[in-house]
Amino acid sequence: MSYVQSLKAKECGAEYPIEPRTICDVDFSPVEVQYDYEGMKGKVTHESIEAGPLSLWRYKDLLPIEGEPKTGFNSGWTPLIKADRLAKKLGVDELYIKDDSANYPSYSYKDRVVAVAVTKAIEFGFDTVGCASTGNLAHSVAAHAAIAGLDAFVMVPHDLEEGKIVGTRAFGPKLVKIKGNYDDVNRLCAQIADKYGWAIVNVNLRPYYTEGAKTHGFEIAEQMGWQLPKHTVVPVAGGTILPKIWKGYQEFIKLGLVEDNKPAMYGAQADGCNPIAKAVEAGEELFHPQKPNTIAKSIAIGNPADGYYVIQHIKESGGYAASASDPEIISAIRLLAETEGIFTEPAGGTTLACAIKLIESGKIPRDEPICVCITGNGLKTIEAMEGQFEHVEPIPAKLGDFDALMDAMNEADEPAPAIAGS
Amino acid sequence: MSDTITVTIPAALRPQVEGKDEVTADGETIGGVLDALKAQYPSFGDKLFPGGDGQMNRSINVYVNEEDIRFLENLDTKVTARDQVDIILAIAGG
Repeated sequence: MSYVQSLKAKECGAEYPIEPRTICDVDFSPVEVQYDYEGMKGKVTHESIEAGPLSLWRYKDLLPIEGEPKTGFNSGWTPLIKADRLAKKLGVDELYIKDDSANYPSYSYKDRVVAVAVTKAIEFGFDTVGCASTGNLAHSVAAHAAIAGLDAFVMVPHDLEEGKIVGTRAFGPKLVKIKGNYDDVNRLCAQIADKYGWAIVNVNLRPYYTEGAKTHGFEIAEQMGWQLPKHTVVPVAGGTILPKIWKGYQEFIKLGLVEDNKPAMYGAQADGCNPIAKAVEAGEELFHPQKPNTIAKSIAIGNPADGYYVIQHIKESGGYAASASDPEIISAIRLLAETEGIFTEPAGGTTLACAIKLIESGKIPRDEPICVCITGNGLKTIEAMEGQFEHVEPIPAKLGDFDALMDAMNEADEPAPAIAGS
Repeated sequence: MSDTITVTIPAALRPQVEGKDEVTADGETIGGVLDALKAQYPSFGDKLFPGGDGQMNRSINVYVNEEDIRFLENLDTKVTARDQVDIILAIAGG
């Protein structure tokens, strides 16, 4: 049974039926899927969710599909790590990492939004899906299109990391490289959606697509034992995730699934592309668009379409925002990998680096539960780690040479590992 | 002396300009061109400036030669007949 009711304009409240639509015809504000929450009470419960599949579809009742999922059968339900070693290093009591670097099939949080969008595209009768992407979305759309048997067109900025492009092309989509940055690709896709009538997942299927992001927050709540972290740090690119994690938390509160502990939301950006962080820090409602210049290419969106709502929800929740430099981002990637065994891409490094800044400035207290949202995998952005590791000179396969190496390491004050059994 | 400027219109706004995908108006700046279009097509003007206070609907972006006017001089951005002016809705973001 579906609890989906209608689409409603975020600003003027005009209502529309469930159809491919991005915006309201009256004021062009975004439209949001509306659900019958009253009807869900008593039916959508801890038990009903726990009885669902080990994927994002366990939250199907709160997702905008009418029938059965057509893809994403193993997407979502990613690990929530209780990061005790990292917590100790940072001097905080309770720290969690929500790890979408492990998402399936394309190792980023995008598999959540795409699983929903592709299922909806099929419900609407489309046979081709497309997207404008900084890489993770193209990869995910290509993979899910392959799983669901649809054609795919992916549009990317020409200088995207190789790891993301090769990974995407393996699934067989048509790839279009655009000479420009993500904002240029976006602008072009808006025109393409107008002209070609394709299901461009982050354009004319946007209201359905964005709902998938709620599941990142739903899982945090369920995996923390049906409670919300007091502080949630989220990367901000186009502005989808933060408002949707907030919406997801509020839906769980409304349905009585978690207690309302007044969770606060924090936006994380790179110094080289921080329109939202700057607006929040200045106490402004509207952001000034920027030309991105950062190693964190997946969040290099200088003109975030939902930026206004990110700022609103941060303020509403009593949260804040921060931005981090490229060196800080890389250090955070290494810190997370070395303390918790999670290798994330620069967007994830950005989120951790900003969480650290917010903790050190006192914006996030050290004695309340904190969740850092990791959205992508470091293996897809190997270029970002260039120059980080010293050259290792090979040695002959002789014990004597190895002994000499150990002696050299000891002299250099690097502790040699203990010999087992001694 | 102002030129005649061609402005492309996104699908969502075409009902307000008699279904055209391109309109022309005279103006030395983007503000001037939009004022001229408002006079020609009042309901288009209502969509673009809904509050009547000169603040443009933030869901609508204007580009001159593919550059968002917020990176230029906003409504004071100068235009000539050689420039490409596009109105595009802020609807996507991955």
